[in-house]
Amino acid sequence: MEIVLAIGIGVLAGSGVWLVLRPRTFQVIIGLSLLSYAVNLFIVAMGRLKIDAAPILGSHVGDDMASLPDPLPQALVLTAIVISFATTALFLVVLLASRGLTGTDHVDGREP
Amino acid sequence: MNHLMIAPVVLPLFAGAIMLALGGEQRRNISAALNIVTSLALVAISIILLRAADVAPTGVAGVYRLGDWPAPFAIVFVVDRLATLMLLLTSLLAAAAAVFSLARWHRAGVLFHPLFQFMLMGINGAFLTGDLFNLFVFVEVLLAASYGLALHGSGSARVKAGLHYVVVNLAASLLFLIGVSLIYGVTGTLNMADLATRIPAIRADDRGLLEAGAGILGIAFLVKAGMWPLCFWLPGTYAAAPPPVAAIFAVLTKVGGYIVLRLSLLLFGDGTGASAQFGDQLLLMGGMATVAFGAIGSLASQDMARLAAFSVLVSSGTILTAIGLGQVGVTGAALFYLISSTLGLGAFFLLIELVERDREPGADVLAVTRELYGDEDDSEILQETGIAIPATIGILGVAFISCAVVISGLPPLSGFIAKFAILTTALNSPIDDLPFTTWIFLFLLIVSGLAALIALTRAGIRSFWASPDRTIPRVRLIEITPVAALLLLCAIQTVEAGPIMRFMQATAQSLHAPHDYVRRVLGSPIKPGGSRGPT
Repeated sequence: MEIVLAIGIGVLAGSGVWLVLRPRTFQVIIGLSLLSYAVNLFIVAMGRLKIDAAPILGSHVGDDMASLPDPLPQALVLTAIVISFATTALFLVVLLASRGLTGTDHVDGREP
Repeated sequence: MNHLMIAPVVLPLFAGAIMLALGGEQRRNISAALNIVTSLALVAISIILLRAADVAPTGVAGVYRLGDWPAPFAIVFVVDRLATLMLLLTSLLAAAAAVFSLARWHRAGVLFHPLFQFMLMGINGAFLTGDLFNLFVFVEVLLAASYGLALHGSGSARVKAGLHYVVVNLAASLLFLIGVSLIYGVTGTLNMADLATRIPAIRADDRGLLEAGAGILGIAFLVKAGMWPLCFWLPGTYAAAPPPVAAIFAVLTKVGGYIVLRLSLLLFGDGTGASAQFGDQLLLMGGMATVAFGAIGSLASQDMARLAAFSVLVSSGTILTAIGLGQVGVTGAALFYLISSTLGLGAFFLLIELVERDREPGADVLAVTRELYGDEDDSEILQETGIAIPATIGILGVAFISCAVVISGLPPLSGFIAKFAILTTALNSPIDDLPFTTWIFLFLLIVSGLAALIALTRAGIRSFWASPDRTIPRVRLIEITPVAALLLLCAIQTVEAGPIMRFMQATAQSLHAPHDYVRRVLGSPIKPGGSRGPT
């Protein structure tokens, strides 16, 4: 379980970093999205992975707090998803403006 | 008083929301009035909070518990000396920039005023919050607003610089999240005061993870603070941003510096166990590299906006190095320097636009065309220029010289006192014990002042003396007043240097010994069943 998640995060982050360093704005935005997925998974993982644990308190759980997953990273990751989604959308607008003004999709606004 | 603590966040939020609800660019005058009123109200609130924090014996005016939850479980706002000092600095610069924008810049694009207020909300929240994840949220708020403001007025130069700015800061925000979640994974808390109590007790196997988290978090802040080699995005963005926005951006780098200062002293100060002074050496070296890079860059700059942006780097680097030295006296002096240099740079960013106004390519042509053909536009031009100031060039020249004196640190203005204080406090220990790095820092501090002086003098001569056929820029009273007010604040800081320096040293004392801070945040016992107002 841990190794699958770790490899998943690693592949996402690795591809994200490679794409962010590419010269075309579309590659950059896909790279940023992949990176933010990797980071979101990483935040969840930092709350420790648990299988078969109730996500929220219920009558069937009793007093055993150890059987519950940590709720805080879940709250954090929700916030992080919303914020990265919003800022990526904002970047998309800047990308389109840049394409319209310069006529190229190179990140420096001109072909090398 | 209790709820005044959250006003610096709530007030701009509501002001911005009302402006959005008003909508439409035809109601821009109402938005503009609201922006000015809110910015001035923020100045007043900051002064009240600053006085409250200064008279409080612990240096903490109060802890605002959102939702009235006890401290480690929910978000707290901590109103202490450093936070209120930064609030006051921000609101003063914001008021000046808001007034300046009324002359014409707020008409250059849509939604200037709401974005301006949202950015203030983010900056103020970042200064006040005592929670690491809440800090992330406020930093994102201020960044999102700053993306819009950096692009205000559009144009390909701005969009190009803005594109880099957005990408760099999005990547830095992701690093921020990784750092925060690593620290949470190790310590199980996000409250800064709670972290400070838990870090000394971390197990040795987990310490590596904690330090990795803190390091990644540090990189995210240092990108914002503009430490070399993470600062290559900064000169382009700051030079391309509209002048009133650039003036506020002068404070944005200080947000990064503020967080580094607060967290490094709170989490890794003296007596925090095995991780004490974590990263100090890196800050010292990186800060000095930033000063050197900024000084060389300002000498190489051809236009004034880039020169100002590189001066921002010099100021940022000086503060980071002073944090890295980790001495109480130097920190206090660096805070004095932070205020002086930020006010000076803010005034300089505003002034540049006035000086360079009619030197822009195209603007000259436009002015000539207007003179030849524009008889029917005369009434409009009169309206545009407003009250004509006699001897415009003279006033601009005096303002330019004052800015140069503050930025390069020459007597008699506050920049000199700030640099002198850093020099004397750094040399305070016996001369044989001084580490070699301190000597390099002192050398860099003096040389960077010289470099700033050379670069500014050259730029001044080029724009004031060396162009006999230049047209005198049309400057309105409303544009020169904010510049004069910021420079007047520098003058006040010079005259009142004694009390202000005492305040800075008290701030530095409480930063280096954060027991009171931690106790005030965590300390108040929970009264069962009783209603417990914010303490």
